[in-house]
Amino acid sequence: MRVLTHCLSFGKPRSLIGLWLGLTGLLAAIALSSLLYGAGDIGPARAWQALQHMGTASGGEARFVLTELRMPRLWIGLVVGAALGIAGALLQAVTRNPLAEPGLLGVSAGAAFAVTLAILWGADTATLRVSVAQLGALGGCLCVLAAARLQGIGDDPIRLILAGAILSGLLHSLSSLILLYDQYTADEIRFWVVGSLAGRQLDDLVPLFPSLGIAALLTVMLARPLAALALGEHVAIGLGHHPRLVRLLVIVVVALLVGGATAAAGPIAFVGLVVPFAARALAGPDIRRTLWLCLPLGPIVVVSADIVSRLVVPPSELPLGVLTALIGAPVLIGVVRGRRLPTL
Amino acid sequence: MTHDISAGERDATRPDTPSATPAPDMTVRDLSLSYGPVAVIENLDLRLPPGRVTAIVGPNGCGKSTLLAGLSRLLKPRDGTVLLDGADIQRLPSRQLAKRLALLPQQPHAPEALTVAELVRFGRHPHQSWLRQWSPEDKRIVDAALDMTGLTPLAQRPVDALSGGQRQRAWIAMAIAQQTATLLLDEPTSALDLGHQVEVYELIQSLATAGKTIVMVIHDLASACRYADHLIAMHQGRVVAEGPPGETVTPALVKRLYGVECSLMTDPATGAPLLTNVRRTRDVLDGSAT
Repeated sequence: MRVLTHCLSFGKPRSLIGLWLGLTGLLAAIALSSLLYGAGDIGPARAWQALQHMGTASGGEARFVLTELRMPRLWIGLVVGAALGIAGALLQAVTRNPLAEPGLLGVSAGAAFAVTLAILWGADTATLRVSVAQLGALGGCLCVLAAARLQGIGDDPIRLILAGAILSGLLHSLSSLILLYDQYTADEIRFWVVGSLAGRQLDDLVPLFPSLGIAALLTVMLARPLAALALGEHVAIGLGHHPRLVRLLVIVVVALLVGGATAAAGPIAFVGLVVPFAARALAGPDIRRTLWLCLPLGPIVVVSADIVSRLVVPPSELPLGVLTALIGAPVLIGVVRGRRLPTL
Repeated sequence: MTHDISAGERDATRPDTPSATPAPDMTVRDLSLSYGPVAVIENLDLRLPPGRVTAIVGPNGCGKSTLLAGLSRLLKPRDGTVLLDGADIQRLPSRQLAKRLALLPQQPHAPEALTVAELVRFGRHPHQSWLRQWSPEDKRIVDAALDMTGLTPLAQRPVDALSGGQRQRAWIAMAIAQQTATLLLDEPTSALDLGHQVEVYELIQSLATAGKTIVMVIHDLASACRYADHLIAMHQGRVVAEGPPGETVTPALVKRLYGVECSLMTDPATGAPLLTNVRRTRDVLDGSAT
C-alpha cells in the first residue's frame, strides 16, 4: 500500500480539475449502479427500464423500489459520504494527526449517544435529532481534545487514537445499557446505531441542509488559514492568521458535519480516515486540495460500500458501518505500520 | 520625466526596495515579558535601527528569544509596548501587522511534499482575502522572491528534499513575498553547517541593503560580529551593551556574557571584530582542577 501511495503522490497530476472531473465521473457511474443493484428481486435490467421511463406515468414495483427505496438511499449516501470525508480531512488538519478520524475519536459515538438519550426521553422529530446529534458530536470532539491536552497525548498520533477509542467504547456501552433497559428505544435505534443507509427517506435529509450549508461556508473560509496552520502555529500567526479561532471553528464544523451525517445514517467509522488518506495520496498534503477531492471521494466510498452491503448476503443486508470498518481497518493498520507517519 | 532624483528622495526610498513602506521605526518602550508567573524581561527600552541588520546575542536563557517573541506579538507583554511606526503592535489587526512585520520561527517545518513555490505563495496570505484571492501581482511578487533567493530553478522541488541552506532560503523567500518592511528571524542558521550559514547570512545582508529592517536572534557571537550592523547583547533579561559590533564587543563584555576570556582582533578583510584565544576564565579552571 505504501508503494501505491508513493506512486500516486509522485505522479501528482498538474491539474486538480482533471482529477476532480475524473473522480466525479466515477462517482456518477457508481451512483447509477447504486440505482440498478439491490438486495431485492428488482434486477439491473428492470431497474434500468424503470429509470428510462421515469418521466411517464407508468411504473409499478420497479419504479417504486427506485424512487422510494434506492433514490433516497443514494442521496443520503452522497451527503453522508461528503460530510464524513470533509470532516475527517478537517479533523486531521487541525490535530495534525493523520489518524484523527471522527469515528475513531469518539465524535460519532458522542452523536450516537446523544441521539439515544434524546429518543429515550421521547424526542423523535427529525430536526431535533439532527441538532442533538451535532451537540453530542461537539461534546465528543471536546472530550477527546481535552484528553489530548493531558500529558502530551496530542503529540503522539496513536495515543490520541487510543484516547478516542476509550471514549467511543465508553459511549457505546452507555448507549447499549440504555437500549437494554428500554425496549422502545432499542427498536427505534438498533439498526441505526451500527450505521446504515437502509430505510431512510429523503425527508430525513431536509433538516440537515441548514447546518450543512453553514458548515460548507465555514469550510470555504477556513481552508486557507488551515493550510497556513500546517506550517506551524508561529508561522501562521506571522502570516496574520488566528490559530485558536481557526481551530475552534474547525471543531464546530466537524461537529456539524459528523452530527448531521450520524443523524442521517448512524455512526459510520473509518470513512473519515480512508477518504482523506486517498485524497492526500492523489493530490499532496495541501488541505485545500484534499478538501476538494474529499467531495467526490467521500460519496464514492460510502455509495460503493452501500452497494456491496446490499449484494454480499442477499436477500439480507450487511450494515454499512460494518462494511466501512472492514475496508477501513486495514488502511488504519497500514498507516500506523508505515515506518514514518505522514506528518501534517 | 527627468532622471534627476533629489537627495531627499533617494534617502527616503532606496532603489530596488521590495518592501511597501521603507525604513520602519521599531521602538520598544518599558517592555516587560513573562512566561506565566516567571518574569523574563523587565522594563526594557530599545530602538531598532531601520534598514539595518540587528543581532540579539547573549547566553542561553538570557531572554533573547523571549524578546523576539514579544517583538512579533507571539507573546503578549505583561507591561509596556512595542511600537511599529508609532503604532502599538498589540492593537494592530493581525493581518495589518502581517503586512508590515514578517516572522520566521526557529527551524520551521514544512509539510511533506510541499514545493518551494507553494511555500513562498503562503507569504501572500496577509495581502489576500476571501474575496481577493490569487492575482497576477501575487504571482509576480512570488517569482521575484524566488529570484532574489536564487530558488527559481528549484521552485517545483519539495521543500524537504532541499539542502539545509536552500530550505532556509525558501522560508526567507516566503517572508520576502510577504513584502514587509521588517523581518524577524529566530536563529536562522541553527543546525546549518558553515557553508549554509554563510549562504543564509549573505541573503539576510542583501535584504537589509534593499531596505528591510532585520532583527535576528543568533547564538554565535562571531557570526553576529561579522554580519550584523547593530548588536544587542542581553544578559539575565537586560540589555547590557548595544551598538555597532566594532564598538560594542570587548573582552569584558564577552566575559560578562559567556564567562570566558578572549582576545580581540579586527578582521583585516571586513573590519569586523574577531574573537581569538577564547578560553575558560582562570578561576573556573582552578575550581575544576582541585
